[in-house]
Amino acid sequence: MNMATHSHPVICTSGLTRRFGDKVAVNDLTLEIDRGEIFGFLGHNGAGKTTTIRLLNGVLSASAGTARVLGLSPWRDGPALRQRTGVLTETPALDERLTARQTLRTYADLYNVTVNQVNHRVAELLELFDLSERADERVGAYSRGMQQRLALARALLHDPEILFLDEPTSGLDPVAARQVNDLITTLSREGRVIFLCTHNLSEAQRLCDRVAVMRHGQLIALGTPAELARQVTFSAQLSLEVAPEQMAQARDILSHTVPMSAIAATETTLTATCADREDIPDLLATLVSRDVRVYQLYLHEPALEEVYFKLQDTEEVTA
Amino acid sequence: MNTRAIQAIIRKDLQVVTRSKAVMLPIIILPLVFFVILPIFFVALIPSDGLPAAQPAELEEFLAQIPVGLEQEMAGYTDTQKIVVFMLVYMLAPMFLIAPLMVASVIAADSFAGERERKTLEALVYTPTTDLELFTAKMLAAWIPAMIVALLGFIIYAIMVNISAWPYMGRIFFPNAMWLVLVLWVAPATAALGLGTMVLVSSRVKSFQEAYQLGGVVVLPVIMLVVAQATGVMYFNITLVLLLGTVLWLIDALVLGLSVRTFQRGEIIARL
Ligand SMILES: Nc1ncnc2c1ncn2[C@@H]1O[C@H](COP(=O)(O)OP(=O)(O)OP(=O)(O)O)[C@@H](O)[C@H]1O
Ligand SMILES: [Mg+2]
Repeated sequence: MNMATHSHPVICTSGLTRRFGDKVAVNDLTLEIDRGEIFGFLGHNGAGKTTTIRLLNGVLSASAGTARVLGLSPWRDGPALRQRTGVLTETPALDERLTARQTLRTYADLYNVTVNQVNHRVAELLELFDLSERADERVGAYSRGMQQRLALARALLHDPEILFLDEPTSGLDPVAARQVNDLITTLSREGRVIFLCTHNLSEAQRLCDRVAVMRHGQLIALGTPAELARQVTFSAQLSLEVAPEQMAQARDILSHTVPMSAIAATETTLTATCADREDIPDLLATLVSRDVRVYQLYLHEPALEEVYFKLQDTEEVTA
Repeated sequence: MNTRAIQAIIRKDLQVVTRSKAVMLPIIILPLVFFVILPIFFVALIPSDGLPAAQPAELEEFLAQIPVGLEQEMAGYTDTQKIVVFMLVYMLAPMFLIAPLMVASVIAADSFAGERERKTLEALVYTPTTDLELFTAKMLAAWIPAMIVALLGFIIYAIMVNISAWPYMGRIFFPNAMWLVLVLWVAPATAALGLGTMVLVSSRVKSFQEAYQLGGVVVLPVIMLVVAQATGVMYFNITLVLLLGTVLWLIDALVLGLSVRTFQRGEIIARL
């Protein structure tokens, strides 16, 4: 891959805005995305995710603000930039009257894949996406999952440095979705930046290094899933596993150090709801100083899903 | 200009188009009617032993309708031959233009409006092509088949006409210089006109059908030419045809100039 060695962010926007008439689809978006990141871009329908992808690839002009992608201007250097990015569009955007092979050959030419490499590259991707057997069938006869795989293969033909994925697993069954997610991880390990638009929050939590949450075109939160969890007030579920004979003692310490609601207990594990993560170090210190044998202390951070809904409900959260 | 990308789009568009009945049917049927059936039909109207001298009045009437200039061009022909030449060389000349016009329009409607309707344009705009390359490719993808149909149609027509009229003419009389100008100068311009119009129309409608119907008005001027000639208002001589081609190319320059400006991916995507 043709990776530049400079350390500038791969994607960098400042005040990026796009209006459609009175409607502001993307409002004052300022972002920096670094090399090697899987960046999640979350938001309800109409939050401005697809519009952002279009802006960052120079296929839609901005109403205000600036953007640099791989050091290029999406609007001035559109073709040069698009040579280095791959986009999986929201709908597969496949010609149903073409076969998979014809589709990939066409796009191999469009993406300037070296002429004598085309056949090899096409065969390789067909194989990778498990489409070889039906490569000469019309795409119209494919299942949604096959179409999505073909669209992904097309986005990868030219080995792009940034991959924009607009809801890659929507409409896929769990098995197909899992395959796509595994692929995203692999592609990221190979050094690509992944810009992942999704509605699927558990997917984002699992895959993404950082996520941005958009609402009505505005960025309302940005950070790692864990950071976001901390930004919104929350109460985490705490579980503590100690030696069975020390349960009573541990329970006593727990109820004193951490102001908390009801404590539940099994044979060796205590669970409680903790409102402030700053209580945890104190709890641990006390337990250790009283010679309680702690086998496990676990804080269940709220799922991104919870955080997301909290964010969407909160009027203003400063990122 | 990235000619490889342009070729790829043209190839793809042709692969797509040849698999669409809505596109292929008119492309096959119309030239078949114009270039094969019509000449046979016209010639069949004339009795094989020449025109019966028994109906001199009707014949007179018909011949009187032929414009003076044309009469001069046909000097030296017998009356029967005059009718054959009038029908096959002159009457059908403006109709010939419908073929490139229609083929270009149908394909352009499929390639511009149809591609938007099917949402396949979305993938195309993310390729490292420039707007001009996309535009050029899409234009050529419609113009080249239009010209192939026109040229093939012309060749078939030439063969059909000479064969079917052989009993009356006894020689190869087609094509004349006017037809060569028509095919090589006017037909390409007509195809380009159909294209340019369709691109303009396509940017304002949602579907292939809509584009095709609206863009279809572009055949009206050609029909007017057919009528004008049939009613003796004018006839296709070489000067007129040269002039017609020039006027068409000028209109083309205008229409294509306008349509290349409407063809910007940012605008197209915003309207998707
Ligand atoms: N071409 C357009 N013309 C008018 N309004 C548009 C256009 N494109 C997007 N919008 C509006 O801008 C807003 C953002 O749209 P966008 O498609 O970017 O949202 P999204 O986050 O991708 O939504 P979804 O999850 O439904 O895909 C929406 O309110 C949409 O209606
Ligand atoms: Mg979207």
